[in-house]
Amino acid sequence: MIDIKKIRNDFPILKRKINGNQLVYFDNAATSQTPQVVIDEISNYYSNYNSNIHRGVHKLSQEATDAYEKARRTIQSNFNAKYSHEIIFTSGSTHSINIVASGYGEILKKGDEIILSAMEHHSNIVPWQMLCEKTGAILKVAPMDNNGVLIIEEFEKICNKKTQLVVVSHVSNALGTINPIELILSISHSYDAVVLIDGAQAAPHIKVDLQELDIDFYVVSGHKLMGPTGVGVLYGKEILLNMLPPYQGGGEMIEEVTFEKTTYAKLPHKFEAGTPNISGVIALGTAINYLNKIGYNLIAKYEKTLLEYATSELLKIEGLKIYGKSTQKTAVVSFNIKSIHPYDVGAILDKLGIAVRTGHHCAQPIMDYFQIPGTIRASFSFYNTKDEIDIMVKAIKRAKMMLI
Amino acid sequence: MKSITSIQKEIIDEFRLFEDWMQRYEYMIELGKSLPIIDKKNKTDNNIIKGCQSKVWVYAELKKDKIIYTADSDAIITKGIIALLLRVFSEQHPSDILAADTSFIDEIGLKEHLSPTRANGLLSMIKQLKMYAIAYQTQLN
Repeated sequence: MIDIKKIRNDFPILKRKINGNQLVYFDNAATSQTPQVVIDEISNYYSNYNSNIHRGVHKLSQEATDAYEKARRTIQSNFNAKYSHEIIFTSGSTHSINIVASGYGEILKKGDEIILSAMEHHSNIVPWQMLCEKTGAILKVAPMDNNGVLIIEEFEKICNKKTQLVVVSHVSNALGTINPIELILSISHSYDAVVLIDGAQAAPHIKVDLQELDIDFYVVSGHKLMGPTGVGVLYGKEILLNMLPPYQGGGEMIEEVTFEKTTYAKLPHKFEAGTPNISGVIALGTAINYLNKIGYNLIAKYEKTLLEYATSELLKIEGLKIYGKSTQKTAVVSFNIKSIHPYDVGAILDKLGIAVRTGHHCAQPIMDYFQIPGTIRASFSFYNTKDEIDIMVKAIKRAKMMLI
Repeated sequence: MKSITSIQKEIIDEFRLFEDWMQRYEYMIELGKSLPIIDKKNKTDNNIIKGCQSKVWVYAELKKDKIIYTADSDAIITKGIIALLLRVFSEQHPSDILAADTSFIDEIGLKEHLSPTRANGLLSMIKQLKMYAIAYQTQLN
């Protein structure tokens, strides 16, 4: 059982009042809140051993380097990567995706094909479009059905020998759909395609075993994972990361520099040019330890009860329609009420201290598919409660009365 | 015609009567629902301002030396605020529009709707109102 009282105490922000109301934070899919241990870790770094890593011979630099590399091993073990140098620290999922997309600019040829799912976030669409523009590769889209579920037969139909890359989110940010990545990986690999999985929305909820699933590239954002903003992870199989050219030139990523020629450093440093977000990386390691201490299984089980409760309570509101009805979902409910604009509902909920997200959630193609301007999205985390869901449902009823 | 400043003062006085945010919002929603503020023929893609969340349409024409603005939005609260903005700026001389500000929105407790994070198109709409004023001011000169 989750000790909800204890857990809520770990998150100082949950005590905040907004417009005189107790904060109800249901925007976890955009950014998760930060536990005190993570905040303390950042503070401890700057108070006690702030210094640049890898280059210094002095004590502080050694301590910082040790803590930074320890975080890499924590993440390696959490995701069960084969080598710690397959874990590259970035500024977030978007940065991670761009490293791979940009690298493939040197590899893809005209006529090669990239497959995306129809439910991708803009950050997992635009870099591939840019890659296609640069190389003449072709972008193909695997469609979803009315429930927001990827149509796997259609996906299989567009796979062929020209398919070089398959890019799919593990979990859709706008709908909460968990995609069948095992199946997608096995189909893609049978065509020798490389698969990049955007794990930004999955990593806080689902334990991923990179080796068991045979994942090629996996990307994660720290700030959705109880960690700080501005830090993320790119996982890539060693052979693939070695094949990709460096993304940025600079310090740290070199082995030897002369004006005639520079040789690049080995993994992971090849992709970590410049001074990284040292405190962010260390604190991300702490965040992952925090999640594991609670336990992914308990988290998933508890969040499922929140999802089921919210879904059934929301559906009692007349005229409320939920988008994304996959049987495999994380704790995300995306909905609209009749023809009320989501912005209006969001503005009223904000006045009542409830943080939800409204709009297209950076996934315009999904909104176009459902022919709506956007949705109201409530996304839950393990520190949320059924009482908070009751508060939201009551507030939505009030907003509906005001707006209709 | 009343001056921009006196209309702004009038609105601030009206909003003083409201006891809390609920009443203010209910009034905005009423305004948003009741006003047909743009002619259908002017609600075109050319006149659209895309916010990340809600869409806003703005159209302006010069009658004698005054600008007549019409506008609309797909979100009601946004439309309510538009109605207030038009009450202030429409049927005014371009030079007066250019000299005016929108701080009355802060004073009536609706500041958050003009925040860039809201992405509702209102900030761009105000910019557009001013752009029209610059254009018509040039014509008048």
